[in-house]
Amino acid sequence: MWYLARDGLDRLIRLLAEQGYEVVGPTVRDGAIVLDRIDGLADLPAGVREEQGPATYELHRTDDDRLFDWAHGPDSAKRFLFPPRELLSTISRNGGGMHHEPDPEDDRPVAFVGLRSCDLHAVEVQDRVFLELDPTYRRRRERALFVGVNCAVPGSTCFCASMGTGPRCTIGFDLALTELDDGFLVEGGSPRGEELLSTLPVREATDDESAQADRIAALAVERMGRTLDTSDMPDLLYRNRTHPRWRDVAERCLACANCTNACPTCFCHDVVDGVSLSGDLASRTREWASCFSAEYSWAAGEVVRESRASRYRQWLTHKFASWIDQYGTSGCVGCGRCITWCPVGIDVTEEIVAIRATDGAVEVVTS
Amino acid sequence: MSVTEVRDVRATQPEGGPMRIAAIQRVVPETPESATYWMTWRDGDGEGYAFEAGQFNMLYLFGVGEVAISISSDPMHPHRLGHTVRHVGRVTNAFKLLQPGDEIGIRGPFGRPWPLHEAEGGDLLVIAGGVGVCPVRPAIESAMRHRDKYRRLILLLGARTPDLLPYKDQLDEWVALMERLGVELHLTVDEAVGPWLYDVGVVTTLFPKARIEPGRTTAFMCGPEIMMRFAGRGLLEMGVPPERVWLSMERHMQCGIQLCGHCQLGPLFVCSDGPVFRYDVIAPFMEVRDL
Repeated sequence: MWYLARDGLDRLIRLLAEQGYEVVGPTVRDGAIVLDRIDGLADLPAGVREEQGPATYELHRTDDDRLFDWAHGPDSAKRFLFPPRELLSTISRNGGGMHHEPDPEDDRPVAFVGLRSCDLHAVEVQDRVFLELDPTYRRRRERALFVGVNCAVPGSTCFCASMGTGPRCTIGFDLALTELDDGFLVEGGSPRGEELLSTLPVREATDDESAQADRIAALAVERMGRTLDTSDMPDLLYRNRTHPRWRDVAERCLACANCTNACPTCFCHDVVDGVSLSGDLASRTREWASCFSAEYSWAAGEVVRESRASRYRQWLTHKFASWIDQYGTSGCVGCGRCITWCPVGIDVTEEIVAIRATDGAVEVVTS
Repeated sequence: MSVTEVRDVRATQPEGGPMRIAAIQRVVPETPESATYWMTWRDGDGEGYAFEAGQFNMLYLFGVGEVAISISSDPMHPHRLGHTVRHVGRVTNAFKLLQPGDEIGIRGPFGRPWPLHEAEGGDLLVIAGGVGVCPVRPAIESAMRHRDKYRRLILLLGARTPDLLPYKDQLDEWVALMERLGVELHLTVDEAVGPWLYDVGVVTTLFPKARIEPGRTTAFMCGPEIMMRFAGRGLLEMGVPPERVWLSMERHMQCGIQLCGHCQLGPLFVCSDGPVFRYDVIAPFMEVRDL
């Protein structure tokens, strides 16, 4: 464990930029802490606190200069490693002949600064979807660098401790920071991270400083806003496919797709076709899709999931149950974004509690 | 190319592999709402292309989009592909504009094929409804080619009305060939409109007539889900073991490589865990409404 003075983080951000990285970190924009390009320590949300709950999110200013005493906003690494919209290929048609050209990719590698443990885990979850099958994702992922931050102040909708994905960074980081009053504790998580450490003005942390990191993590678990009992997954949701709660939640759900967009692991997408006005150049663009839309399940001229209840069931069951069968891990990292950013405040932890409480209940169809 | 090899290819290439280009040779109207598009590869584009009965391709129309279509032609001739397209959506309706000579993009083949080897030594029973015969036709062609590998070959084909039965232009040819090869063909329609020499009734009503021997039978089914549910139950009631019944499912498949998420059915990805599934694997999911 190492100690890095506060301005050492500024040095790290600039060092990464010098090494050719696009440095992406938390910064305040449009009333939220979002992930965007940062050039130095001054871009980080110093003295900002956030308050969030079901369907609410608000920032406050304080007079201290703490950099990371807030829980994540709507953005995660997903927006960068699997962008909401990206050109896959172009097809040209000259003199009748069709020519397909995959999009040449030359974007800069991204260095993420300030990702929380839940989001580092979310990257690992998306890796299981994309890494083997999608060379574009793999290229971005393998070149990316991760500086994690151990959570000190989790949000009221957080439940990473229940999902085993936080609050302390355990995987997926090159460096992990714990914010202290006047600086940071730093640990390396990869050879690349160790290499960076050797170029930073660090000193060995004292025993007292190291103990502080443990206390901060323990306190974060205590402060966590929510918990979730994940026992008996995936079977709990598999055997409750006709539970009346699906109809109940469907009456509140707007099928707006905010949850799937804010979720750091949701990976479903459409490939959308375009064509130039001249008619000789067509494009294939990948866009995030949501299982809450009707066209999502459109097959052979019919919508398979016509009811909102069936779409919510698909999302929740996929996230907490079938994901385990498909990828060997839950699709949920307990970040709570789907709760905060749901416009009507539907809370996945409450929905699962409700199903568990009346396990085996079957909806009586009266029609 | 085996399915495993297909999977190795997709790991290294965007969108699961290159888009190869083929040209439309011939368009054969099949039913009022479907047609078969016969195509050949543009010079060099078909190199290394092979498929197994039951697999599908992603067909791309310039500027319009892609659609997953089962290959309905003979796997022995991977350079002359037939795809029967039902005009039900945006992309499939645009197929109506295709003329011989027009180019089309093809990615594939994708998905798990019919397990023809499972039926070897016993009876192969094929049950198809409407355009459901299209994905199973390559299996029928393969089985007829290797007729001696199977004891009985029984085909039960049904449709709502006679005009909704595809491949009518080939039916006489098939019937002659099948008689020669000792293939038992039974045809039925839900409702006989116009001259119709065969049976009337849903496809399961053909079961007694077909004298199915449950202990020797391997069944391949393809058609509307409701038909497959009833036919599947019927076969099980007769004593055909569930692990000897196979069917081909249809779901929204946009990528073909288990990436886009659309085709999920419970924990299964229809594009890569299927589209051909063993009955005991898929049946629990077919019983849940809107899953």
